Amino acid sequence: MFFFVIRRTAFAVVLLLIISAFTFWIFSALPADPAALTCGKNCRPEVIEANRIRLGYDKPLVDQYLGYMKGIFVGRDYGEDASSIHCPAPSLGYSYDRHECVTKLIASTLPVTASIAFGAFVLWMLIGVGLGTLAALKRGKWQDRVATAFSVIGVSFPTFFLGLLSILVFIIWTGILPFPRYEGITESPGNWFMALLLPWFVLAIVSAATYVRMTRNGMLEVMNEEFVRLGIAKGLTRRRLVVKYVMRAALVPIVTIAGLDFAFLLGGALVTESIFNLPGIGKLTLAAVVNSDLPILVATTLVSAVFIVVANAVVDILYGYLDPRVRVK
Amino acid sequence: MSAPLLSVRDLQVTFGTREGDVKAVQGVSFDVNEGETVGIVGESGSGKSVTANSLIRLNFGADVRISGQILLEGRDILTMSEEEVRGIRGRDVAMIFQDPLTALNPFYTVGDQIAEAYKIHHPAASKKELRAIALDSLQKVGIPEPSKRIDQYPHEFSGGMRQRIVIAIALVNSPKLLIADEPTTALDVTVQAQILELIGEMQAEHGSAVILITHDLGVVAEITKRVMVMYAGRMVESASVADAFARPSHPYTLGLLRSVKSLETSRHTALEAIGGTPPSLIKLPSGCAFHPRCSFASSTGGRCSSETPALRDVGASRSACLLDDATLLSLKGDGR
Repeated sequence: MFFFVIRRTAFAVVLLLIISAFTFWIFSALPADPAALTCGKNCRPEVIEANRIRLGYDKPLVDQYLGYMKGIFVGRDYGEDASSIHCPAPSLGYSYDRHECVTKLIASTLPVTASIAFGAFVLWMLIGVGLGTLAALKRGKWQDRVATAFSVIGVSFPTFFLGLLSILVFIIWTGILPFPRYEGITESPGNWFMALLLPWFVLAIVSAATYVRMTRNGMLEVMNEEFVRLGIAKGLTRRRLVVKYVMRAALVPIVTIAGLDFAFLLGGALVTESIFNLPGIGKLTLAAVVNSDLPILVATTLVSAVFIVVANAVVDILYGYLDPRVRVK
Repeated sequence: MSAPLLSVRDLQVTFGTREGDVKAVQGVSFDVNEGETVGIVGESGSGKSVTANSLIRLNFGADVRISGQILLEGRDILTMSEEEVRGIRGRDVAMIFQDPLTALNPFYTVGDQIAEAYKIHHPAASKKELRAIALDSLQKVGIPEPSKRIDQYPHEFSGGMRQRIVIAIALVNSPKLLIADEPTTALDVTVQAQILELIGEMQAEHGSAVILITHDLGVVAEITKRVMVMYAGRMVESASVADAFARPSHPYTLGLLRSVKSLETSRHTALEAIGGTPPSLIKLPSGCAFHPRCSFASSTGGRCSSETPALRDVGASRSACLLDDATLLSLKGDGR
């Protein structure tokens, strides 16, 4: 098991290096001149050239990449004279558009996205697995129909529609919730919670729909397994049977998929953050796309990739604990 | 003789489906005495497994209807509460399933699974006690190095070894009745004999009665003394194994015997398969369900397609056939 963890971690690191190189290359291959994007429409050519040298865009691509990677570990200075800009490690570049080190921008947006992702994740697992279990246990009864209907509706509603609808209903029409003003959890837990409540539910309902179906089908499949019949023949109570035999087996694949979904969400919920005006990574990315802010795009892409690769590794290792059949000796 | 351990009377099991009612078992009655081994034989869909599952109410599905009586030591299992049946499952009546590869829970060690079977009916047992019992059980069913194997998971065992563990689970509470539903069907031929031998040994040790369900006449001949033959949900013959093999008293039993290859069968004689296919249990043939496939049916002047035969004494056996006694008594098996 120990060697499996080591091997899996090493693989993840290599994968991240490849992804970073690829990301770097793909954004540099864009037709846009990154140096020209550093100043406005009426920019003089001398300023562009000066910025090109200052940001290192004049060097060969490989050097640029190595400089970028080095910056992640030791920090980076842009320019050499007094007007140089220092971005401390881990430096993910400098956004000329925003006049900020990218790392700082990400550090300020990540907690928002993490708050959204974590709350939504907890909710959707509760709703998804809960309703799915109910549907499986009450197969064919009204509870099953309600859960299935919920899952069909949830899957068919796009996030932006459900998001706007919830704002309309809960904030504008009924006024049950105040208009959200996001603040960090440490500054104002109340505002933090109120601002995130709707986004959590919107994201949770859309994702939970899939989990309802996965849980229901997984459990029904396991219920037909011979080992469940043996459990009954042993004289197990229904409750122990459901928990120890059915759910134990049905949840293994769900846990692994949930890990990846969570990581994906950590990379930014673009639509949800935009609708609810939450200053998270998704909104940062969206603004960067609109403004062709390449350093931010490279960085957010890399950050998302890190989350997904790490989640993949964690899920793989976790799977070994959850399912003895794939446990490595 | 004292009252039988198990007494099944007029058991009927029907599954409601969209296409119609599936009459899986119709009017089956039989007794099993303490410590006795009986076999139930039949093709797929003859109702043998459904009968076995009914004995501890293991038949599931949206629309299952069971009627009749299943008396275990005089108490009717069909009228018990779910909780009472649960107390019987695994303690008084245990089951061995067909496929040992899927019968064990892949997420728990075999030791835990044996211990669990004991703990359900002995909630006060300590962890240490449970482990000792699991270890002892593994040893008795012939698992080598039980102290090492006890902490392994099912996938680390071969099919034959897994069936031994299933047997250990079934016998950990010394049940009065053991139902073995095709216990050797999924196993290699060489392992089959070992498992049958083990069931025999364990039966002797625990004094359990055994109901062995199989489609394999060879298996029946090996360990049972009495055999019941089922066809399309009904019992068509009940006889001692010796009688059934030497002097079958039902054309279906005869057909089964003739379709089995033995060492004495000449290489040049073709096996006689029973013509046709088993009937649909939704739309059973009129009269005797076997008549469309029976080579004797024409000799009763159409009675076979209109009258449903009941079990009656024919010589030392019981048979549900409309042919006269003399014809039935003249049937010859292969004499194994």
